[in-house]
Amino acid sequence: MQTTCERPHQTERRVLPTRARPARPSPLSSAITLAWRALLKIKHVPEQLFDVTASPVIFLLMFTYLFGGALAGSTAIYLQFVLPGILVMMVVMITIYTGVGMNQDVKKGVFDRFRSLPVWRPSVIVGALIADVGRYLMASAVILLLGVMLGFRPENGVLGILLAVLLLVLFCSALSWIWIFLGLVMRTAESLMAVSFMVLFPLTFASNVFVQPETMPAWLESFVNINPITHLVTAVRTLMSGTATADQIWPVLLASAALLAVFSPLTMWLYGRKQ
Amino acid sequence: MNAQSPAVETSGLVKLFGSTRAVDNVDLFVPSGTVFGFLGPNGAGKTTAIRILATLLRPDRGTAKVFGHDVVREADKVRWRVGLTGQFASVDEDLTGLENLVLLARLRGYSWSDAKGRASELLEFFDLADAGRRQVKTYSGGMRRRIDIAASLVVTPDLLFLDEPTTGLDPRNRNQIWDIVRGLAADGITVFLTTQYLDEADQLADRIAVINHGRIIAEGTSGELKARVGSGTLHVRLVNPDARPEAERVLEQQLGVRVQLEYDPLELSSRISSPEVATQALVHLAQAGITVGSYSYGQPSLDEVFLTLTGHPVDGETELEQS
Ligand SMILES: Nc1ncnc2c1ncn2[C@@H]1O[C@H](COP(=O)(O)OP(=O)(O)OP(=O)(O)O)[C@@H](O)[C@H]1O
Ligand SMILES: [Mg+2]
Repeated sequence: MQTTCERPHQTERRVLPTRARPARPSPLSSAITLAWRALLKIKHVPEQLFDVTASPVIFLLMFTYLFGGALAGSTAIYLQFVLPGILVMMVVMITIYTGVGMNQDVKKGVFDRFRSLPVWRPSVIVGALIADVGRYLMASAVILLLGVMLGFRPENGVLGILLAVLLLVLFCSALSWIWIFLGLVMRTAESLMAVSFMVLFPLTFASNVFVQPETMPAWLESFVNINPITHLVTAVRTLMSGTATADQIWPVLLASAALLAVFSPLTMWLYGRKQ
Repeated sequence: MNAQSPAVETSGLVKLFGSTRAVDNVDLFVPSGTVFGFLGPNGAGKTTAIRILATLLRPDRGTAKVFGHDVVREADKVRWRVGLTGQFASVDEDLTGLENLVLLARLRGYSWSDAKGRASELLEFFDLADAGRRQVKTYSGGMRRRIDIAASLVVTPDLLFLDEPTTGLDPRNRNQIWDIVRGLAADGITVFLTTQYLDEADQLADRIAVINHGRIIAEGTSGELKARVGSGTLHVRLVNPDARPEAERVLEQQLGVRVQLEYDPLELSSRISSPEVATQALVHLAQAGITVGSYSYGQPSLDEVFLTLTGHPVDGETELEQS
């Protein structure tokens, strides 16, 4: 309360009328502005980057050295196998935070503020997604850099890595819509986290992230084989090793398209009607 | 532009939350360029009504138009012309004041450099220049209110909604907000404000509607409203409780007013049309030999307004049918 005392109080205070009516910004421009907001939040609350920096490091080290010897005979061999899996697992887990952020905005008045503006309606969500792509890329970079330092050498080199990350980011952006949708539905961020972990833990563990499904009981193996995470891991692995075939890529693209087709209209519908 | 269209026009507006009729058959008419006061106690339906008008909620029945545009079917046109400062902070607390305003200016189509210019201009104007680089979560209540109002003025709206802009503020901050509202009105901006205080509505609004349980129970200029409820209330506190029946009799006979015996056995109050009559009342009491310990004269509280308008106090639970 420092500056309020000196200013004279007049009844005729002109409150900065501006006749300026700038043209409506393009959808892309508003989405980028809202992505900028997400980056500002990272600047002010840097702790939230823990899950895209420290967690991937811990997981990669833990799985490689704890289980590598037992599962593959040597940690060096296991690293080649498990790194793409851990990459997928970590980035998929991060998608939850898009929903958590949305849920927090709803509870604060910010959400109402955005909804009362004449902007392209999905820009709030698309902006959050753009910023999240940054988080996905950051987590991917951390895992890949550490992996390379530990001896990860994918056969398909940099190109394979780039294609794999591209596919992963694509899938995760589509997956985020589920959590954004739930973020609008659920009352608290805690319950949203609980639900999303309940979904993602079985999906990531009952997959081919850590081991090939051939060793599993038949019922589990058949679940693992239809699990979209398995398909994603396979695609990422084969893109990196240079053995990818169209058959391994299209299920991932299809799953992404399906997620987007169902959850983006549902989310936008809810966004317009939120009480 | 619809220069002739009223800023707000609703008819038969209804919003239900389960079995609660938050807004119940509300008809409003707010001419463009005026300040409209929406007066009501907690839970009356003020926020719900504002949220409908600002396109955040869909009404269950009835229609609402803002500058001639339907709030449901032409929501975007409405959003183009209104600004909303909600009851609770609606800026991002993690961001600084400056960042919040730049963000909103960008979303309204300013270029980055114009957005920064507009944001600094607003901060300067709202006495927040020094605080502009601090996170909003470090702001005091008065500063938050100001940044929130500034956020609604990034592009000057034709209609500004202010939901309880002064609740919880100290008198100095409240005066500051009042000045801002007067300034906006002087600039020709239509202001739709809600409040729980009659004196605030009286100070700022051209017309006032009183809402309770979702229904409009009175509407008119502040003068018309005061004519119904009496412009003020005289509270008298006696020294001797035994003198109260005598005091009541004196006031009723000499001034022809209705006297209310308060819960405190020393107190009585009466709605009185002017301060002069209040002075007379005190003189009559003195002439009758009744010692007055203390007295006050002022605007009736919301409680008294409700008592007069509805015949029962504001509290919903005690709403008994009177025979
Ligand atoms: N989202 C909601 N879900 C259920 N009930 C609601 C909701 N919003 C408001 N209500 C109910 O509707 C009624 C009107 O609430 P509203 O917030 O409009 O009142 P108000 O006049 O703004 O009160 P206050 O002065 O306390 O802000 C209340 O009974 C409230 O409990
Ligand atoms: Mg309210």
